[in-house]
Amino acid sequence: MRSVIDITDLSKEELASLMETANDIMKDPGKYAHACAGKKLATLFFEPSTRTRMSFEAAMYELGGSVISMTDGATSSAAKGESVSDTAKIVSCYADIIAMRHPKEGAALVAANAASVPVINAGDGGHCHPTQTLADLLTISREKGRLCDLTVGLCGDLKFGRTVHSLINALSRYENIRLVLISPEELRLPDYVYNDVIVKNGMKCVQTPDLMWALPQLDVLYMTRVQRERFFNEEEYLRLKDSYILTREKLNHARPDTIVMHPLPRVNEISVSVDDDPRACYFKQALYGKFMREALILMLLSECGKNDAKTY
Amino acid sequence: MNIDAIRNGVVIDHITAGEGLRLFTLLGLDGLDVPVALIKNAQSGKKGKKDIIKIDADIQIDLDVVGFVDPGATVNVIKDGVVAEKKKMKLPQTLKNVVRCKNPRCITTTEQELPQIFRLSDEKAKIYRCCYCDGKASV
Repeated sequence: MRSVIDITDLSKEELASLMETANDIMKDPGKYAHACAGKKLATLFFEPSTRTRMSFEAAMYELGGSVISMTDGATSSAAKGESVSDTAKIVSCYADIIAMRHPKEGAALVAANAASVPVINAGDGGHCHPTQTLADLLTISREKGRLCDLTVGLCGDLKFGRTVHSLINALSRYENIRLVLISPEELRLPDYVYNDVIVKNGMKCVQTPDLMWALPQLDVLYMTRVQRERFFNEEEYLRLKDSYILTREKLNHARPDTIVMHPLPRVNEISVSVDDDPRACYFKQALYGKFMREALILMLLSECGKNDAKTY
Repeated sequence: MNIDAIRNGVVIDHITAGEGLRLFTLLGLDGLDVPVALIKNAQSGKKGKKDIIKIDADIQIDLDVVGFVDPGATVNVIKDGVVAEKKKMKLPQTLKNVVRCKNPRCITTTEQELPQIFRLSDEKAKIYRCCYCDGKASV
């Protein structure tokens, strides 16, 4: 049973195909309005989420399917001590596909190993978040017109920021990507991403704590939130949370064609005054994410033969 | 120092000096009810010093553990007092239930019946990573 736990579970060709499908859905949504009729998506969210869960649910409804939800681990069987494996087995009896978020790293893999339907990782702690990366890739592709020959700045919490890890993994497949990693020393990229992805793939990369130095060089600025829920130590969080705040004045140092992205939710790392700058793409990014999730649901259901209306 | 030759059993030879005790522990040899010898700092023509483990019983040992701790070690299976088989070790691609993941955010910390699986991530640097969270194996 094919599941998507990590962005590397999808080949470069599959990424291209998913983007093609997403673009086609945007162009002609009516064509896909009944593509998943009679199918159910289960959203299992053991950790609070608004955007990702609603995006998955909206995606399934727009494909003509329906949704069953668990929105809070504290009121589910997990609170009684049920294992992730057991939950995945049970939910496989009720749904055709599962989207799962869990605070523990690796939980989605455990669910996928136990489930008899496809599992999509909707975030497992600070580890992976492949569907956010799908949204990111479509945003870059549509807004910059290419996924190669780019200087991409990743700013903020690069240590626990799962979206950053997945995006670097995805970008490593494309030609001539130069990364500028902008973070305080304490929130630098983990060595398993730096060594195993950046160094191993020979990606061009610089690390700096200085956002203003980096800004004029960038085609893409990817901002991230310092996530309170990833810290064991509240003092450490408070010390680092305001490390980078992008304001309109700072953005004046960026090129006119730079795009600003953010996986959302933001707290204060992007000033509201930036929102109406034409370079701000983070709300479009959330919209694109829904279409990529639709494309992914279609692909996985088609592959496991659960979707009769699979060909277009 | 004399250790009796064994008739039927296993000799793990050419263990890098200092690694013998770790290998002894990871193989769970302290729990065996058979004669087992750990020889530290034995003379070695090639290495100068080496560790050796002798097990005086016909048992199966986990070769992945030996390969993980010391891919330069050799495992000799002794039958009727002679070497019946000589196995050269290499780093295994995966390790199952040999080391535990120390990442407090890993799913294995809350679901402790899950198998502890690590995959070889960097052969040159001998780095294994948890298959669930990508945390680095530490022993």
